Amino acid sequence: MHPSFSVIFFTTLSGLGYGLWIWSASALLHYGSQRGVHYLMPLALGALPVTVGLLSSVFHLGRPARAWRAFSQWRSSWLSREGLLAVLAYLPWAFIVWSALFGQGVPAWAMKVALLALLLLSLAVLACTAMIYASLKPIPAWRHWAVLPSYLGFALLTGGLAAATVYAVSEWPGRVAQYGLPALALLMGALKWRYWRDIDREPLPADRASALGLPAGRQASVFERPHTEANYITREMGFVLARKHGRRLRLIALLLFAVLPAALGILAFLPASGPSALLLGLATACALLGAIVERWLFFAQARHLVMLYY
Amino acid sequence: MTSLPSQPGKRKLGLVIDLDTCVGCHACAVACKEWNAGGIAGPLSDEQPYGRQPSGVWFNRVHSYEVAASGDQPAMTLHFPRSCLHCEQPACVTVCPTGASYKRAEDGIVLVDEDKCIGCKLCSWACPYGAREYDAVEGVMKKCTLCVDRIYNEHIPEAQRQPACVQACPSRARHFGDLGDPDSAVSQLVAEREGVALMPELGYAPVNRYLPPRPRRAGSPEEAQAEAAPGETLDTRQLNPLLRWLDRALSR
Repeated sequence: MHPSFSVIFFTTLSGLGYGLWIWSASALLHYGSQRGVHYLMPLALGALPVTVGLLSSVFHLGRPARAWRAFSQWRSSWLSREGLLAVLAYLPWAFIVWSALFGQGVPAWAMKVALLALLLLSLAVLACTAMIYASLKPIPAWRHWAVLPSYLGFALLTGGLAAATVYAVSEWPGRVAQYGLPALALLMGALKWRYWRDIDREPLPADRASALGLPAGRQASVFERPHTEANYITREMGFVLARKHGRRLRLIALLLFAVLPAALGILAFLPASGPSALLLGLATACALLGAIVERWLFFAQARHLVMLYY
Repeated sequence: MTSLPSQPGKRKLGLVIDLDTCVGCHACAVACKEWNAGGIAGPLSDEQPYGRQPSGVWFNRVHSYEVAASGDQPAMTLHFPRSCLHCEQPACVTVCPTGASYKRAEDGIVLVDEDKCIGCKLCSWACPYGAREYDAVEGVMKKCTLCVDRIYNEHIPEAQRQPACVQACPSRARHFGDLGDPDSAVSQLVAEREGVALMPELGYAPVNRYLPPRPRRAGSPEEAQAEAAPGETLDTRQLNPLLRWLDRALSR
């Protein structure tokens, strides 16, 4: 599949934003929202990557001005569900930020409900994004069980590191960040390793004989293509550039999103290492860059069944 | 509405394509392009049509393959026209976020309402048959309409109320009709020739059927023997004495 950069930026960047919302909403639910304004910072800042990501996805459309129509078909379409929930998630966010700034009289339970809504909506948007891909039968690699957990995992990893960076500016971010995030980084490495191993071995669910309606086992080779130049199908579904560098890029991605964030995360909490916010910031940047390489491979290495005809 | 019609109609209009008689002339593809460039799905934009890398939207693409010999079947060429199969379970419709893609309950035709399409391309990803092509100039997705603007068109003679590709085919390899009616000419043709659906294991339940090539005759036994034995064999007992002497002289 052709790796479109707008979609890669959308899924990784807004993934980081939703991860920020999930972690910071959980922290506020756990410690209570009166803890101090710096606890609100990651939650408020999370809207930035979420919005930039969503805008980037809108501009990859052929007709961005009609994007509002995508809210209508949530009964059947994961893309529609994603769009709808992404907009809905702004409501609790706006309520939380507004009441933190101006709403002195807002009851604690209303804040809790809003935080819980933000947490669940963020998780739901991430799940919808993953399901857009996981529901496509013509792309067998995306049907793998690890697709949904890895979309959630990358959001939690990059968002968690970003949240820990912001918390670390003012105080110690807590034990979850100290042990949880390096462990999550390594877990994501193992998950992707398994995914890559499986998609390399898994045979396609259909062969050319079946695509052409020939009896099973008849071998057909391309004698002449229908068109002399590339067309939309071969450009969009027949992307082959990455396969040459696939192995090396996988190792680079693993280094960036698993090994380096885990090492930097552990280093950041050593008593001797000084400014932990700086190291955590570096870990966040590495993880995001690694997620971008991983997402690029996710597209570039996925084979579409229509290429059986070519 | 991108949910599929809850009560699927009995009529399932579609094409039956005879891979035995298709000669790979691309007349169907050209006739399709010509009609649909001006039809309800038009224009079918071309980019750099006379430039270095011409590219454009076509609803019909004709592939040519070399099929290897197998058992008693000799090697052969296979011409394969590929277009929308108007599936009964079209994932291209259900993934559409806007309701631009839809399947008609009355005849099963899968269409795109181009005024609603946002050009997200997800429907083309959901189709394993490559039936949908994105129009980069218009910013919307395009696909075969089964010439819905011909088959019901009362302004053209009744005999021409068929898809343009069917009309154009010089070897009568394309047939149009109601595959939901077991007594229709196309259904009987499919039954008689054991027509098949493409990639049925994926569960999209295509309506269109392809008639596989008829078994080829294996040829004369001598030809088969000559093919089986490497090199040429000459039975000298069949020759007259002069030629037998010549064969001996030349064999020295």
